[in-house]
Amino acid sequence: MPVAQFDYIAPTTVHEAVAALVKGGRDTRVMAGGTDLIVKIRHRMLFPKCIVNLKRIAGLDAITVDKKNGLAIGATTLLADVANHKGICRHYPTVAEAAGATANVQVRNMGTVVGNLCNASPSADNAPTLMAMAATMDIAGPTGSRSVLLDQFFQGPGISALQVGEIVTAVRVPPPVAGSGTAYHSLSQRGKLDCSAVGVGTMVVLNGDRCTDARIIVGACAPVPMRTQAAEKMLIGKKMTDTLIRQAAQKASEETSPITDVRASAPYRWKMVSVLTIRALTDARKMALRKQ
Amino acid sequence: MRHDISLTVNGDTYNLTVEAWRTLNEVLREDLNLTGTKLGCGSGDCGACTVIVDGKSVSSCLTLAVEMDGRQILTVEGLAPSGETMHPIQEAFIEKGAIQCGFCTPGMELSALNLLKTNPRPSDTQIRSAISGNLCRCTGYNKIVDAISEAGRRMKPQSKTRR
Repeated sequence: MPVAQFDYIAPTTVHEAVAALVKGGRDTRVMAGGTDLIVKIRHRMLFPKCIVNLKRIAGLDAITVDKKNGLAIGATTLLADVANHKGICRHYPTVAEAAGATANVQVRNMGTVVGNLCNASPSADNAPTLMAMAATMDIAGPTGSRSVLLDQFFQGPGISALQVGEIVTAVRVPPPVAGSGTAYHSLSQRGKLDCSAVGVGTMVVLNGDRCTDARIIVGACAPVPMRTQAAEKMLIGKKMTDTLIRQAAQKASEETSPITDVRASAPYRWKMVSVLTIRALTDARKMALRKQ
Repeated sequence: MRHDISLTVNGDTYNLTVEAWRTLNEVLREDLNLTGTKLGCGSGDCGACTVIVDGKSVSSCLTLAVEMDGRQILTVEGLAPSGETMHPIQEAFIEKGAIQCGFCTPGMELSALNLLKTNPRPSDTQIRSAISGNLCRCTGYNKIVDAISEAGRRMKPQSKTRR
């Protein structure tokens, strides 16, 4: 079978990249690491006429950690660089853990956090934590820049809020709230190497032992990484006991709508959402208590 | 659709004209006859195609050759550049019986180098984590872990900076 053919450009500015995407329309695809895009082309799931590589745009791989403005991860920042960044490991440990739990060493040396999000896979390992931490996407496009909450970025399997000609330039995470804790737990067939069958990211804010805010995001169990808001409501305003965590985890499981596919069966996923939510809430509580 | 690129492989610079859709793996194997780098799954899961680009291990099957303009690439052929003495990683793989069919070996050895250059005395857990993107269907991994551990002990401090 012949290999799908395409042209390639490597612009050096975001402006040039946007212009190329506008000109090429839907037949032109953005590439950062290429670890998803090239697989899809080689497996004949996508037939782009042109690829726009972002990796030659200077400064797009920046990581900034700032007390006031929070964390910003550029579009071409490697998963490996996020997983090993001292400032991220210290102030946003779960963001680093989720990047380190994505794929394998080689893919983390090529692929990017923003690319993982832009594929809009429901199982994207970096989505639950970043959504739990209320991250936003910086988007550049032909009519200027805009910012979209990650909550609203995912619109369906492989479908994001990006319009033709738009590029995500960075993902931003606000500074952690005082007394907050986060955690991410995932399961897949080959340890953490392949696509996650279930992933759960949590953020809780504690005042003493009382929960004042909670966010629970479940990956790979709905068409998009989803917030389980009924479960979150059960926690807010209450003393965060083991019993309450268990009940909220059960509720979170009931809110999801997993399917049976090659990675896991729906009943297994339902069960595991509950198990992983218990673990992720317990760990987030532990981090929040430690920070008080 | 053809692009002129200049890349350095194992210390030799090549000026090539490549089509945009060809992978680094194809160019290494078909154009440069460097067939030590294997092609396994073609989707970044098995690690048989691992090469080192600018000091980082990557899957050559998912890397477009055109992206490699100006880059430094190390393949298994460049591990022991003289061709007379083997690299300590290669010696240890042979001595510990970490090679059976040999298909995963080039990728395993480059993943080992990627680990040992920053962590010359890794724990077994760290070794297993470092080769978790490299599948071996023969050895059961234990001998590979032993070999990488042994190679770390043998590699001289200056080999940290060796390509």
